[in-house]
Amino acid sequence: MQQIYLDYNATTPIRPEVVEAMLPYFSGTFGNPSSVHWAGRQAKQALEMARDQVAELIGARSSEILFTSGGTESNNLALHGVLKPRRATPFRVVTTPIEHSSVLKTVKALGTDVTSVEMVTLAVNGQGRVSPSALEAALTPDTALVSIGLANHEIGTLQPIRELSPMIRERAIPFHVDAVQAAGKISVDVNQLGVDILSLSAHKIYGPKGIGALYVRQGTTLSAVFHGGPQERGKRPGTENVAAAVGFGCAAQLCAQDIESTHPCLIHLITRLWDGIQQHIPDVVRHTPTQACLPNTLNVGFAGASGEGLMMGLDLAGVAVSTGSACAAGSVEPSHVLLAVGCDEAGAKSAIRFSAGRETTEEDIEAVIRILPGIVERVRKAGRSG
Amino acid sequence: MQHRALPLRRNPECSPNLQENHGTRVLAALSGGVDSAVATALLVEAGYEVIAISMLLAGSTEGHVGSCCSIDDFQDARRVAEQLGIPYYVLNLKEAFQTRVIDVFTQEYQHGRTPNPCLLCNRDLKFDLLWQRARELDATYVATGHYARIGWDEATRTAHLLRGVDPYKDQSYFLFTLNQAQLKRTLFPVGHLTKEQVRTKAHALDLRVAEKPESQDICFVPDGNYARFLERRIASDRVISGEIVDQAGQVLGSHAGIHRFTIGQRRGLGLGGLTQPHYVTHIDPASGRVTVGTQEQLKRHGLRAKDVNWVSGDQPDSVQVAAKIRYRQDPIAATVSVTTSTTAEVWFQEASPAITPGQAVVFYDGDLVLGGGWIEGPLP
Repeated sequence: MQQIYLDYNATTPIRPEVVEAMLPYFSGTFGNPSSVHWAGRQAKQALEMARDQVAELIGARSSEILFTSGGTESNNLALHGVLKPRRATPFRVVTTPIEHSSVLKTVKALGTDVTSVEMVTLAVNGQGRVSPSALEAALTPDTALVSIGLANHEIGTLQPIRELSPMIRERAIPFHVDAVQAAGKISVDVNQLGVDILSLSAHKIYGPKGIGALYVRQGTTLSAVFHGGPQERGKRPGTENVAAAVGFGCAAQLCAQDIESTHPCLIHLITRLWDGIQQHIPDVVRHTPTQACLPNTLNVGFAGASGEGLMMGLDLAGVAVSTGSACAAGSVEPSHVLLAVGCDEAGAKSAIRFSAGRETTEEDIEAVIRILPGIVERVRKAGRSG
Repeated sequence: MQHRALPLRRNPECSPNLQENHGTRVLAALSGGVDSAVATALLVEAGYEVIAISMLLAGSTEGHVGSCCSIDDFQDARRVAEQLGIPYYVLNLKEAFQTRVIDVFTQEYQHGRTPNPCLLCNRDLKFDLLWQRARELDATYVATGHYARIGWDEATRTAHLLRGVDPYKDQSYFLFTLNQAQLKRTLFPVGHLTKEQVRTKAHALDLRVAEKPESQDICFVPDGNYARFLERRIASDRVISGEIVDQAGQVLGSHAGIHRFTIGQRRGLGLGGLTQPHYVTHIDPASGRVTVGTQEQLKRHGLRAKDVNWVSGDQPDSVQVAAKIRYRQDPIAATVSVTTSTTAEVWFQEASPAITPGQAVVFYDGDLVLGGGWIEGPLP
């Protein structure tokens, strides 16, 4: 059976060049970067080179990059690290309802630990975009942090971070941006965006799983959450995952080189997919905006069909896509993102996310356009008579 | 009663005809237990194209250990599917389970009845929603690990529901609601095996769940404490408390809510000074009154049944049956008189104790399940 992977927002395959770059750092150059001897020095050198490469991807300085275990840890460290010193007095955190669960659940958890946290989730419009005026209205003197994702993982909406950042910085409020889905797909520059803290993950950009980074602008106060050794400036203690960091660095460098050339290809593929869907399937709704969105993401609602059924039907035909978010048991919960952009429960349960990547071909897209209408028809029919 | 011999042509689940089954898609419900694991394995062996499905029914699945919807069970089910080399999915049916099983379970107690959630779950989820999913996935059959058999009578072109071969495990009682259309698209691959044979097969296949213990009690009340479960769901001002009275209406004591009682219950009455054991004989939700009596006073000669289903689709006027009025009970000889298209009266040859509204009465003729209904109330 043919296998077509259209779930690049979930994860990406590691590029062969990245694997190649990592290999020497498992057994050959194996030292602990904190060791003073030759073995340690070799490892340290590799680690710092990787840091340079990651910094370069987002226009940061190396000294502003902390390696973490991934996007979720980066978001946790950002929120806990900024808010921990603020716990003495009541404060407000401003975010949006369409953030990744590692942001939303962390803010909520802070709220139960410390009763004085006020969580403000800004309203988003039908495309998932935050309005600058709504943000401005929410910025009170006791606002301790603003956390907004650059690109939404499910519908691909880009937030106008550049328009939002001046009003936040004017008030000297730390601004955290989750760029896990954006990095590698669109150009991300921390200075152009005007952000203070930014989260990254390697496996979304063709690097290994289990490593991410947190950019922390020089001068921004961030407390450690874990305690231990002096690694990562004491902000993230623990012996560094050198091989993974090297892989992350390599992937970042390759992404930075390729972004100009892959961007139009992805747009072309997604445009073709949407055209094909519209042409062959009635009653579809596009949840991904047509402007200011990720080039690789297409979230579509198929009215009257269960997204769960569609996803399984496509999987059995060899096509990997996603719907909603997975729970601990592995079943699907309706997407909180779609609910927040105005979908009703039925609408949120009938959506599928296609996300293309470097290895997606036109043939893949054509095959999906061929397979999908029959599956949608069958699932809709089963739902009607059931 | 005589065991009726049936001209059974089809028993598709154990058909050795790989050619015939090849390419026929089956949706197999895989719970993480040994019965459904072996059922699924038998289908794979028989050449079917099998898709394994677990149903997420209850709880947040966080810290929910030791019941049917624990993470461990899904993990076991997933590993079994991997071992068998078939696709595996977890269906999120929490909402349906909440409204069609848990809410009904709670309401029934408030009406003085003793609900049977496994029956509701089979009827509304396994043989309804799961079938909907089967059609979405172009599957021809839904298979479960129930200990029951399906036979096919070519002469009358009728599907029959039969007891499982293992008398201790037979689960046909829980399947009386099935109709012809459902039986024709259902497979019970372990119905012709005993539990021991199922475990032997599981060992032979080296399935990781071969020695897994039986699940007990109701899956969403893992500790078996129904009263506490219900009290978390019934607002305190809606609890129906009242008096405990004897057959003559004399007050013997009081109780903290009718949801704590079931017909035939002996323990937890809190009555002292009685010369012989007393049982709950009647629960009146309107007055909150719980009536108790001796074992003799618990006996009734018949019952009224509603939502009666006749598996063959043909409704008789009157029929001699062996009736089961609860799962763990030997059938008793009875006459069923159909009163309307959905109701019937069941008269026992000898008076029987504990007619429990909310439970099912299932009609057998030997191994054959003729049909059944929901117990509405006793007849004198």
